[in-house]
Amino acid sequence: MLSNKTDYRKLLMTLLAWSVGLLIFFPILWTILTSFKTEADAIASPPLFLSFDWTLENYTEVQERSNYFRHFWNSVVISLGSTVLGLLIAIPAAWAMAFVPAKNTKNILMWMLSTKMLPPVGVLIPIFLIFRDTGLLDTLTGLVIVLTLINLPIIVWMLYTYFKEIPGEILEAARMDGATLWSEIIHVLTPMALPGIASTMLLNIILAWNEAFWTLSLTAAKAAPLTAFIASYSSPEGLFYAKLSAASTMAIAPILIMGWFSQKQLVRGLTFGAVK
Amino acid sequence: MATDHSRVAARFMISPAVLLLLGWMIIPLSMTIYFSFLNYNLLSPGMEEWIGFTNYEYFLTDPAFFAALGNTLLLVGGVLLITIVGGIGLALLLDQPMWGQGIVRILVIAPFFVMPTVSALVWKNMFMNPVNGLFAHAAKALGFAPFDFFAHAPLFSIIMIVAWQWLPFATLIMLTALQSLDQEQLEAAKMDGARKFNRFFHITLPHMSRAITVVILIQTIFLLSIFAEILVTTNGGPGYASTNITYLVYAQSLLQFDVGGGSAGGIVAVILANIVAFFLMRMIGKNLET
Repeated sequence: MLSNKTDYRKLLMTLLAWSVGLLIFFPILWTILTSFKTEADAIASPPLFLSFDWTLENYTEVQERSNYFRHFWNSVVISLGSTVLGLLIAIPAAWAMAFVPAKNTKNILMWMLSTKMLPPVGVLIPIFLIFRDTGLLDTLTGLVIVLTLINLPIIVWMLYTYFKEIPGEILEAARMDGATLWSEIIHVLTPMALPGIASTMLLNIILAWNEAFWTLSLTAAKAAPLTAFIASYSSPEGLFYAKLSAASTMAIAPILIMGWFSQKQLVRGLTFGAVK
Repeated sequence: MATDHSRVAARFMISPAVLLLLGWMIIPLSMTIYFSFLNYNLLSPGMEEWIGFTNYEYFLTDPAFFAALGNTLLLVGGVLLITIVGGIGLALLLDQPMWGQGIVRILVIAPFFVMPTVSALVWKNMFMNPVNGLFAHAAKALGFAPFDFFAHAPLFSIIMIVAWQWLPFATLIMLTALQSLDQEQLEAAKMDGARKFNRFFHITLPHMSRAITVVILIQTIFLLSIFAEILVTTNGGPGYASTNITYLVYAQSLLQFDVGGGSAGGIVAVILANIVAFFLMRMIGKNLET
């Protein structure tokens, strides 16, 4: 009797949760489906759900017309470049703050966080003018620099919360055995910290890939990543639903897949460890 | 115990990150402050002159500023309301025993990973378009006239798009908090005959209060700077109907080339964000001690 009741409840919850989940996911699903339609099928009335002639022509056409892969490559360079550079700067800093805390460590961490809260419009004009005068405007180098700096606080914080969980005794022991600072980092700390570093990297690539304030205001044509490329569909090309969908699907697919692997890190990284 | 040697090394290791962030913050910000006191337009270079607080006077008395301030508050408030209520509801649902929980989680979290320009354009064209959008088809099928979202309710439409993007984040945080809830306490309350409704309001919700505060503060920081969604859908229009402060400053500085006025607006935005940041920092700072 009781098990029947729980089973019934579980079935109900399953149905409800799946419906809500599919509803939230639907815009993405619809975009993916539309990317395989012809332009005529894409605006058919009533809308066609699955019964249409599947085609790949939108994908080839988007590439041919707008050199999609150049923008894709720009996105890859910007997100990977800023993440690797950020990690190189942040790993030593987070290591030092986690294992050799000084009196002002907490203040430094909080201050770093405060830079993340600076609204981008507060520094837009100087950055724009400096970039214009130094030739960094519309270059990948310029974007890598800006994205490294805006995400550096998140990288330091995430690494710090991961490093904090590594027991200090292990380092003490290594130090007793005469390990130098650098061999300590390379042989003891790095293997233990790798999962944390990997998660930080993953989340940061996602954030950099989707960053749309600086990438839109500092690029024109040459260095435009996918965020800016898609923005060019705002009108009137946006009315070509099938091509818009194909371009969108290609822009979000890699990051969507990475994102699904990094759900937990998302909470940790974006709340700066305030929710565990 | 850390030796003096390792202390020196530690300072050396922290300094690149600190110096870079210090440079990133101080140099441009002081330039913005300086520009905000100048009459400085990119179209007339070499004509810069010190005009004191005039830019602030113009910016703060401009009807566009009040429109933008109101829109910013509506945008932040509206998205917060939807994502927090929806996030708590979804978290409670996802916490129930069910089949395929992992897959539902993946479906729900997905919108967060869609870049802002894609989600804005997909919603604008494929859903909210008054002729070929899915909502228009649905309205026609039900015998209603299609609604032109961006012409008649531009800000509301943007709120819906942004809420869709941020709902996953709120849900994930609420779910994380929910899963750390002491089940024994709930069981005990159940034994004592507390109703579901009361259990939620007296045990579950207080337990989640911290997560809710964090969602409010973190999202506010990001929502104050919403930009791409406005740029690709309405360009702030019609009129100033969907212009927020971020977009207003962008338009003033990079579209009208008014560096002085734009800078004054940027500083106003910084001050507004600081008020929010103050509370957020206190919360996270408290957490750091425990």
